[in-house]
Amino acid sequence: MTTLTLAKALNEGLRRSMEDDSKVLVMGEDVGKLGGVFRVTDGLQKDFGEDRVIDTPLAESGIIGTAIGLALRGYRPVCEIQFDGFVFPAVNQIITQLAKMPLRSLGALKLPVVVRIPCGGGIGAVEHHSESPEAYFTHTAGLRVVACSNPADGYSMIQEAIRADDPIIFFEPKRRYWDKSEVDLTATGLPLDQARVARPGADITLLAYGPMVKTCLEAAAAAAEDGRDIEVIDLRSLNPLDMGMVAESVKRTGRCVVVHEAPVFTGYGAELAARITEQCFYHLESPVLRVGGFSTPYPPSRLEEYYLPDLDRVLDTVDRAFAY
Amino acid sequence: MTSDAPRGVDAPPELVQLLTPEGERVEHPDYDIELTDEEVRSLYRDLVLVRRIDLEAVALQRQGELGIWASLLGQEAAQIGSGRALTDADMAFPTYREHGVAWCRDVDPVRLLGLFRGVNHGGWDPAEHNFHLYTIVIGSQTLHAVGYAMGIQRDGAEAATIAYFGDGATSQGDVNESFIWASVFNAPVVFFCQNNQWAISEPLEKQSKIPLYKRASGFGFPGVRVDGNDVFACLAVTRKALQNAREGQGPTLIEAFTYRMGAHTTSDDPTRYRVADELEAWKLKDPIERLKAYLFKNQLADQEFFDKVDAEADALGKDVRRRCLELPDPEPEALFQHVYAAQHSLLDEERDQYLTYLAGFER
Ligand SMILES: Cc1ncc(C[n+]2csc(CCOP(=O)(O)OP(=O)(O)O)c2C)c(N)n1
Ligand SMILES: [Mg+2]
Repeated sequence: MTTLTLAKALNEGLRRSMEDDSKVLVMGEDVGKLGGVFRVTDGLQKDFGEDRVIDTPLAESGIIGTAIGLALRGYRPVCEIQFDGFVFPAVNQIITQLAKMPLRSLGALKLPVVVRIPCGGGIGAVEHHSESPEAYFTHTAGLRVVACSNPADGYSMIQEAIRADDPIIFFEPKRRYWDKSEVDLTATGLPLDQARVARPGADITLLAYGPMVKTCLEAAAAAAEDGRDIEVIDLRSLNPLDMGMVAESVKRTGRCVVVHEAPVFTGYGAELAARITEQCFYHLESPVLRVGGFSTPYPPSRLEEYYLPDLDRVLDTVDRAFAY
Repeated sequence: MTSDAPRGVDAPPELVQLLTPEGERVEHPDYDIELTDEEVRSLYRDLVLVRRIDLEAVALQRQGELGIWASLLGQEAAQIGSGRALTDADMAFPTYREHGVAWCRDVDPVRLLGLFRGVNHGGWDPAEHNFHLYTIVIGSQTLHAVGYAMGIQRDGAEAATIAYFGDGATSQGDVNESFIWASVFNAPVVFFCQNNQWAISEPLEKQSKIPLYKRASGFGFPGVRVDGNDVFACLAVTRKALQNAREGQGPTLIEAFTYRMGAHTTSDDPTRYRVADELEAWKLKDPIERLKAYLFKNQLADQEFFDKVDAEADALGKDVRRRCLELPDPEPEALFQHVYAAQHSLLDEERDQYLTYLAGFER
């Protein structure tokens, strides 16, 4: 076991993938000498050369479009989008091309492109640096969408994502980049599309992914002092969704709260709530409730503590669930 | 050139220059400028004042009063020269670094700090200053500038727009599309590219194999490279390009050849990717020093003048600092304001619920 930050764990995972498969490329803005603005690709260009770790021109549509071409030629590009808010110039390539080309070839083509996106808020940044755009991508058939929440998962999930033959949108919670925990560098982690019980509990299920997993664990720890036993599930994969684990948990606890940073209105939580209602209806003691961002643009940083779901808002919602 | 050699230090050919780094006035066949002594002194004053505002902002960031700051250090002449070329009716579309242009457009410097302090996302009324909001998503504003110019054209107005962007931005699709639009519609727009040699850690050759100003010819309009550290040349070249635009001669691309003397932003660490010699070499081309040398040599200003400007700069720095610290933090209600033009039922509901929730903590 080694203690690593999430950023370093991702770096180690990328390194191992590059060692294992010479077709793996890293590409993006400032990923080379600088090692990326979050240093996730630190040292990779030095060790693997400029042909495999590519500082691209400043154009996100170009990054994804050329990654598609490289993938067509047998490479496995891992693209870094510098910040969540800057994926939008690439959205045309992602939605109209990357997501649909395999199907159009009747399965003849595989596009093993990974699009890494640092996501979410909480770092006091200026606008466009704190977005949670996952729902745009989960709404796009042909893409897998995953979000890691901790160093061990970061290490294994990035390798799994690179090995997978589908295009993958890979979210990394930027405010957790510096969080440390134990990582077993010899382990192969869970399969990419499996959720994980981050904390077992009997009274209510919290569903989260990416940055909100930690928030939910903190909320669960606080609630335990009041005698409430909260289960926290880290979804890990948003598409496909490990509905088996979700339904099993909610049927057992009878209550569920979904937590994400993205706006609640037509957010990913709406899909979860609808599915749970359908599959667990007779086990539910209360409606599925959601905690998330407001239906406003991400605010200036001096307001983000109000915007972001925190321990208090999660527990307030848990209380509401128990009030039914 | 190896990737570690100092970049852009040898003055490239085809560079419009009216004032050498040593402060000598030189002639150029296509560009000239007539300035009164008073105008020259006021250009100097602007350069010094905006550098001081910038230094104060960097210091405020270091002390935790701003979340981040994008310094204009080294680019003062490009910004003051081009900014002073604008008439009141012209409209400017900045990036996030155009603090000098903002100064020329009479935007209170403290207004610029709101975005960086995190109390708002913009903070001034663009129409009041004909200075648009800062744009962070690289290149987006160039299309807005062209669209605005197309509006000017349709109004038959005597005005032009100017679109600011960096060397890195020239790779974006939006910027290339803006060139096409401007060309096809003969829009009254000036594209003002500050080539400061770097896009965060990426040097110019990651974006272009040819000098940037040459890109223009492929789109069908003229391009010119100007010494971006020469305030006279930046003023002269921009004036002419704007005048051409206003007279219906269409767009011009100006590449202001300059240098980002500071970090990309206060979050950046340039020692990871560029050599210290490069900065040292560019210090010899400092935009303020050369104008100071010119003023001295030609006895257009005496020590008293320079001292007075410095004192004014210090007072301005202090004033900016004081008023930055006084910027009020927004109230939580502000989250829900200005999202839509009119009342919005979902936002009303969310606001009411949230304020009730918050009030619960006060009890
Ligand atoms: C669409 C988009 N992609 C990435 C970024 C992140 N980013 C901010 S500034 C910058 C470099 C810009 O370089 P340049 O255009 O040369 O302008 P400069 O900062 O040097 O003034 C990058 C990559 C962004 N703001 N927008
Ligand atoms: Mg630049």
